[in-house]
Amino acid sequence: MNEQVVVLQEKANIIRKHIIEMLHESASGHPGGSLSAADILAVLYFDEMKVDSNNPKWEDRDRFVLSKGHAAPVLYATLAEKGFFQKEELMRLRKIDSMLQGHPDMKGTPGVEMSTGSLGQGFSASIGMALSAKLDKKEFRVYTLLGDGELQEGIVWEAAMAAAHYKLDNLTAIVDYNQLQIDGFNKDIMGVDPVGDKFKAFGWNVIEVDGHSIEDLLNALKEAKKVLGMPTVLVAKTVKGKGVSFMENAVDWHGTAPTLEHKTKALIELGGE
Amino acid sequence: MSKIATRDAYGEALVELGEKNESVVVLDADLSKSTKTAGFAKKYKERFFNVGIAEQNLIGISAGLAAVGKVPFASTFAMFATGRAFEVIRNSVGYPKLNVKICATHAGLTVGEDGASHQSLEDIACMRAIPNMTVIVPADGVETKMAIHAIADYNGPVYVRLGRSAVPVINDESTYKFEIGKGSLLKEGSEVTIIATGIMVSEALEASKELESKGVSVRVINIHTIKPIDKDIIIKAAQETGAIVTAEEHNIIGGLGSAVAEVISENYPALLKRIGTNDTFGESGSPNDLLKKYGLTKDNIVKAVEEIIVKKGVK
Repeated sequence: MNEQVVVLQEKANIIRKHIIEMLHESASGHPGGSLSAADILAVLYFDEMKVDSNNPKWEDRDRFVLSKGHAAPVLYATLAEKGFFQKEELMRLRKIDSMLQGHPDMKGTPGVEMSTGSLGQGFSASIGMALSAKLDKKEFRVYTLLGDGELQEGIVWEAAMAAAHYKLDNLTAIVDYNQLQIDGFNKDIMGVDPVGDKFKAFGWNVIEVDGHSIEDLLNALKEAKKVLGMPTVLVAKTVKGKGVSFMENAVDWHGTAPTLEHKTKALIELGGE
Repeated sequence: MSKIATRDAYGEALVELGEKNESVVVLDADLSKSTKTAGFAKKYKERFFNVGIAEQNLIGISAGLAAVGKVPFASTFAMFATGRAFEVIRNSVGYPKLNVKICATHAGLTVGEDGASHQSLEDIACMRAIPNMTVIVPADGVETKMAIHAIADYNGPVYVRLGRSAVPVINDESTYKFEIGKGSLLKEGSEVTIIATGIMVSEALEASKELESKGVSVRVINIHTIKPIDKDIIIKAAQETGAIVTAEEHNIIGGLGSAVAEVISENYPALLKRIGTNDTFGESGSPNDLLKKYGLTKDNIVKAVEEIIVKKGVK
């Protein structure tokens, strides 16, 4: 395994630990869908994207939109780890007067590009960002992370249609395909499969990846940049709650914060402090 | 008196803006001929985006464009903008205070024959309830043009309510000054004040003429910015005339009448009568027939003023 992969894996692990700690501290929030996306965000922020934590508003930066806004902890943990703000802030998640709202607030948090939380809307906004880059012939790219349950929102498909229509090859969407939503498995609530075929039918380049494989993610993101004339979506197969055995694939951990006992157990699994 | 629809003035203003401001982009949801964005689309093809019949995405894309520095003008019918896309406007535009201009046409009853499904009589109320949102309802073509230029220079979310039918031009292009948030005093008067917005402003002026001929001194105010509302001009009217009649082509719940009621009841209680649709859906019909049937005419305003004067005498 090469050094880069080891470094990114370690970043993802640190992000997971932050998620557990901050959610325990806030006693509220969404661990499952945050843990499932930790590898994806680690790769995006520590390899793929051009961002500058010292200059968060740098005009030519790449943009990341967390369309599945309830996974805010994974974004906050990543931004803190990247240096956008102090890590101590993470412990103020969801607390009164905090910069870290329950769902991302672009006005309050350095590095957050779009206020999200109402599903599907972040994806739509990311189309506007990519469109603007095209219009101005700017080089920056736009990345957006969607949940698979989120695909049930109609606006997602309005946006998907528009992205292909406008040939937004500067846009890469990633679906955190963990197959679970609040009320249970997607397939039991409202089937979203086959996800890749749906995007393909909407005019997208589709790459299926293991969302916990750093190599897969690195390769797919590189490949996405080479595809011209159409947007690319990575359907990233993940495990909800990934990295903490008792949270993995367990619907109850969609929106439940870990108790002290859970936190201790989880941190041990993630390699301690 | 010449007549022009506010949507036509909007279309002309957009073309002017296109020349003036390179950051301006225009979006439409398959109604560009009706919303009059087609003129801009023709002249500034690369800065026009027709997103198809998808109003939520119309607003979402606009939010994204604004987030990277564009000044998007998003257009569709008022019903679909403020109704169908309400929550996108709230969460993706209002909450992050993004510089999106939602300019919606075919508002109110006067969309006419299309009937209740297309007659937005709640849009002012919906938009007014969103924090950070500025709400503007121009009364004529002159005011529309000035409003569009003004909001392009203002940084923040704005909703502009435009109509389908041609309406009389009441403002003089060479002298009229439009300022966001400032009411416009159209006529002095001491006994009662008519506060109107949108297409009801010209009806209010007509009503005041008739009332003057009957010896009633009527003040007429045009409130083109429903939010933030010009409290000073309303409080002054309450103090100096003691009675106010509001007129709007909108449900009496949540629109101009409600906004005026809030201002006077918290500052200087005065008699108030609201003219608008009375918590009802509309129906198909010609715009003029509908205005008559639902009580939105000069005659209704005259009647309301006469009633409120009687009350005032009793008080």
